[in-house]
Amino acid sequence: MRRGIGFWTGLGFTLLISAFLILPVLASVIAGVTANQFVGLSSGLTTRWLVEVWANYGGTVLLSLRIALATLAVTLLIGIPAAYVLARHAGVTARLVEEALVMPVAVPGIATALGLILAYGAVGDLRASWLFILAGHVVFCLPFMLRSVLAVLLALDLKGLEEAARACGASWPQRFLGVVLPNVSGGVLAGSLMVVTLSLGEFNMTLLLHTPFTRTLPVGLADAYTALRTEMASAYTLIFFVLIVPLLSAMQWAASRAERLGR
Amino acid sequence: MSVAIRLAGCGRTWPGGSIALHPLDLDIAAGETLVLLGPSGCGKTTLLRLIAGLEAPDAGGRVFFDGEDVTRLPIERRHVGMVFQSYALFPNMDVAGNIGYGLRVRGVARAAARRRVDEMLAMMRLDGLGGRRIEALSGGQRQRVALARAIAPRPRVLLLDEPLSALDARLREQLRQEIDALLRSLGITAVYVTHDQAEAMALGDRIAAMEKGRIAQIGTGRDLYHRPANDFVAGFVGDTNRLATPEGERLVRPEHLALRRSATGGFTVVQATFLGPVVRVLLRDAAGRELRADVPDEDVPAPGERVAVLFQGRSLETEAAASPA
Repeated sequence: MRRGIGFWTGLGFTLLISAFLILPVLASVIAGVTANQFVGLSSGLTTRWLVEVWANYGGTVLLSLRIALATLAVTLLIGIPAAYVLARHAGVTARLVEEALVMPVAVPGIATALGLILAYGAVGDLRASWLFILAGHVVFCLPFMLRSVLAVLLALDLKGLEEAARACGASWPQRFLGVVLPNVSGGVLAGSLMVVTLSLGEFNMTLLLHTPFTRTLPVGLADAYTALRTEMASAYTLIFFVLIVPLLSAMQWAASRAERLGR
Repeated sequence: MSVAIRLAGCGRTWPGGSIALHPLDLDIAAGETLVLLGPSGCGKTTLLRLIAGLEAPDAGGRVFFDGEDVTRLPIERRHVGMVFQSYALFPNMDVAGNIGYGLRVRGVARAAARRRVDEMLAMMRLDGLGGRRIEALSGGQRQRVALARAIAPRPRVLLLDEPLSALDARLREQLRQEIDALLRSLGITAVYVTHDQAEAMALGDRIAAMEKGRIAQIGTGRDLYHRPANDFVAGFVGDTNRLATPEGERLVRPEHLALRRSATGGFTVVQATFLGPVVRVLLRDAAGRELRADVPDEDVPAPGERVAVLFQGRSLETEAAASPA
């Protein structure tokens, strides 16, 4: 098949955009393992910065992972049932609730964080606990889980499937676990990837919510940059990539495997 | 183990106040196939859902299966089989998974469930398709899987909600015969909802013709066709002509009219359409009144010819026509 000029223009444009987006990533990765940034690659490669980052900021990486997974667990527990209830009710109230749940995405993260601090900052030791950041991340991430599960539920013939399951004699838990959940696994996966990614990268809100003892990865990264240690920050970014790429791949793999086993 | 169904004073009013079904009494004999026939919005599906337990009747209504009051039992505990218009097969399960679902949720032992599923696959001519995914099935196969899923747990009653309306005409005819044979061989009490009068005639031991939330008439296909209770039933189960005769107005089926060429005949042929088994002839008299006659395709008068119209057979004895106009 002969390809016209449109194809080559399109391909060129796509490659250009990709290069534009990937170049900073590559630059960061290389800077993170370059011995002397001012001299460049000729100064040789080193793992020194990586080791140093881990020594200084290792805790932030682990805390970020813990918060991301906890956020995922909470949004799954709240988001899936909420989406199910909203999908079953077609009324105006349900749509208003749906809109209200999306508000935290529209409101600047800093404003949400301020709201949380004003409302709950004085409650016990919550302010000092990582759970305070978790609460913020749940508020911010929940709409993404809810929306992506709800979209799949609304595309299904949910009422018909549930009635068919009932006619077969299935109780509510049986049909929820056996028919509803397996058929929304795609939406749950999409929502989960979104939630983990957003939580790991969340900065706006976390900047206000964190304490020196509850620093997350992005907050630590900002700290490294502002300390003008670009090679440290770059090494930090490299660690972030090494962390998040296998994590998201593993989630994707686990979900597709679960789906295959369910069939 | 088929059961008789009895409805007593069952009506259904929607929350908004509109009445889907006026309170009615209905007896369905054990092993009988009753067809609920009517246009959309006549209440036939609501009636079926009341029997199924997907809807509750208004206060005072009662549903009995063989004398047992099941009014308060939800569908999952009535032990009925149901086939839906949309099939509603579970996309996350293969064919065998769908058919065996009712057995699994009822806790039937694995080996027994597998035997029953194999039996159903053979009965529904789905052999070898047990591992097939639902989206890889044709419309007819999906319908058979839906039937097998409903029948597998040996329900007390089989309920079918327009099961053939999503299929094309030829497949519909074939599946209709299969369902007919199946219902006869199972001897199960069945309620079948349709808007298609041919389907109703072919399947129903009795037909309940429904209009605006009421049963207009209940009886055999012959009863409804030849002795319709009113104009609505007469018109819904077939074409009718309104014919003025010396005894008064009569309803006459087009196939009960014959035509004879006659220069002094009262009607002129407007149109003659070949339909296959018959030719549908449209006639008009001097006053502009129209008649439709179905005649054999032999020497049919052409448009413009004058004809006399003869009665052949019976006029319909409807209450409406019998009473003085």
